[in-house]
Amino acid sequence: MRVLLFSALVLLMSMASAPYSGRKIPDVQIKTLDQQPYQTADIKNEDGPIIISFWATWCSPCKRELNAIAEDYIDWQDETGVKLVAVSIDDARNVPKVKPYVNGQSWDYDVLLDPNGDFKRAMNVNNVPHTFLVDSDGNIVWQHNSYAPGDELELYDLVVKLSNGESISE
Amino acid sequence: MKTNTTYTWALCAFSALSLFSSPLFAQQSEEQQGLLQGGQIHGNVDIYAQSYNRDSLIGAPIVPEKSGINAFTNLIFTKGNFSAGVRIESYLPPVQGFDPRFGNEQIGIPFRYATYSKEGLEVTAGNFYEQFGSGMILRSYEERALGIDNAFDGVRLKYSPFQGVYLKGLIGDQRYYWDKSDGFVRAFDGELQINELVQTLESSPLRLSLGGSFVSKFQERGASDLELPENVGSYAGRMQLDYKNFGVVGEYVYKINDPSADNNYIYRPGQGLFLSATYSRKGFGLNVQGKTMDNMSFRSDRNALINDVFINYLPALTRQHTYNLAATLYPYATQPNGEIGIQADMIYKIKRGSKLGGKYGTTIQINASFINGHDTTQLSSVDELATNEYLPDDPTRQGYDVDLFSIGDEVYYRDYNIEIDRKFSKKLKVKLTYVHFQYNIDLVQGTATNKSVFAEIGIVDVLYKISKKHSIRIEAQTLFSEQDQGDWAFGLIEYGISPHWFFTVLDQYNYDNPNPDLEIHYPTAQVVYVNKANRFSLGYGRQRAGIFCVGGVCRNVPAANGLTLAITSSF
Repeated sequence: MRVLLFSALVLLMSMASAPYSGRKIPDVQIKTLDQQPYQTADIKNEDGPIIISFWATWCSPCKRELNAIAEDYIDWQDETGVKLVAVSIDDARNVPKVKPYVNGQSWDYDVLLDPNGDFKRAMNVNNVPHTFLVDSDGNIVWQHNSYAPGDELELYDLVVKLSNGESISE
Repeated sequence: MKTNTTYTWALCAFSALSLFSSPLFAQQSEEQQGLLQGGQIHGNVDIYAQSYNRDSLIGAPIVPEKSGINAFTNLIFTKGNFSAGVRIESYLPPVQGFDPRFGNEQIGIPFRYATYSKEGLEVTAGNFYEQFGSGMILRSYEERALGIDNAFDGVRLKYSPFQGVYLKGLIGDQRYYWDKSDGFVRAFDGELQINELVQTLESSPLRLSLGGSFVSKFQERGASDLELPENVGSYAGRMQLDYKNFGVVGEYVYKINDPSADNNYIYRPGQGLFLSATYSRKGFGLNVQGKTMDNMSFRSDRNALINDVFINYLPALTRQHTYNLAATLYPYATQPNGEIGIQADMIYKIKRGSKLGGKYGTTIQINASFINGHDTTQLSSVDELATNEYLPDDPTRQGYDVDLFSIGDEVYYRDYNIEIDRKFSKKLKVKLTYVHFQYNIDLVQGTATNKSVFAEIGIVDVLYKISKKHSIRIEAQTLFSEQDQGDWAFGLIEYGISPHWFFTVLDQYNYDNPNPDLEIHYPTAQVVYVNKANRFSLGYGRQRAGIFCVGGVCRNVPAANGLTLAITSSF
């Protein structure tokens, strides 16, 4: 019971202190799809918002989400300038399969590799899929865990709002 | 094991930081504001609780407390180049299936750190996770759902003196539940990114990187009849070469004699080689991996067992299945004492609009893995080795003789699988999967059946979008086997209402067990509510162990009968 109370307290504290406002993407060194070192502070998009989506090749809901977005991604980009960064948390067991999968599915996303969970921990991700929305100033303004078919519509509504300069954090 | 001092100081310091940087202290002095202004606190919470009903039929253990809770809270403070964090863990008591030693403390802080980085230099004091190359020589990581956390506790430096040169050095103990491992680790890794280093190659289509690691552990000899080495060194070299659509990765690791509980305290050196080749273009991807290793279990305590205090990471060279029956009944586990294997994985997307591909295209994935033991010559039997006495036929206590590239007769594992994924309309998507396993159950699960398990699995997964926000997903799976537990069936219905709700019912049924008393149903019902980064799930029913994907998230769960509550939140 102590744990529940304690956790509830932590949760309340965190919610009370308007957590999303002004939070920047933490800087951690991970890798590009070609295994080159990459600083996460370099995740930028001058043309509009950024979607950061944590996924893995073994995670069916993650693949459902990213494949659903992939179908409309060109339209999303044209209409809002949004960029999607798909961060794979596949470890050494599956990391060699990430690039074949990404190309096999013809994804046009920026794909990063986080094989030891460094970025995942810095972003406080518990489980995949976990999706973040970042405004064009680099502030994390929204996040969502898990995927149900149709979630991409809510995400796109928020992307449109952001690209129109509307605030989405409450 | 060394005694573990308390981390109260860390908690106090952290609480102080938290308070000062929170809005509650808006009235703080200018000076304090200067110190902590712009600092932020973020974190997450992960609570997993389960109640236990008596269920002798499925072999559910009797739990006196009738419930278990694992709870994790991460708090990270960041300001500019500085970051510090703690993880509070509690087990009241540990959920069944997790090591009972997690229950040695009810609540505590097994993980705390501070990091500062500037101009290519990063210093971390306290706990940290690290991986060199593919992890074959060193990887510390946390896999909470599996109860694995071999975090280092010490100091780590990362330094990039020039563009293209990346150096890492570390020293530390490893986490052993609420304690520290008996030995400690010193490690160094260097990586050269040739295209960054040599300016003229910057835009070359040929990309090359080279890396090398040295890892050494120290552990006192202790009481033993054997002359045990206190220092055990290990080194590894790796390279990665990419050219346009092609890529090759390779790593070789060598470890000097490391007598341990894993290898019956023999003095053989360990070796491992991993190679992976990839070709991919739009709509097609191919990856072939090969691995051979001998005597490569590497831990910071020679007497450690199960998943404790591993320094390196040796994943299985097989597909990580996610569908229930394929994922949970016969999963392969790497044999660190020796195995040789190959795995091929192909994905092909048949173009949309073509006759075969249909209006929306069709994706085909084929995967196969083959793993055997080596062809070894025994020099001493396990019983002889157990005596710890001088062995005239094996004077240097090598245990056995082996050629790293030999393929023995004993089949460890076979997996051939194919998956066809097709979208028929805007509303309907169907995925068909077929899996064939040959599984050396004696080797992996320690049984004595003297026969392999052969299993054929068929899976149909149908997703139907009823409206923009409502969807229904149905899974039907069946497994046929003449061995072990015989035939299984599995059915699942998941109703999703985006973005908040999931309602799931499922049943697993061992309908043709050789023992009719064990022809058991495992029904479960679950409700999930998601609000942004908060997720609450409540389930009731019988569960078998394994990776379990419901409500958009996958996690590992142990066997049980009862109520399950899971809460995760990120902030």
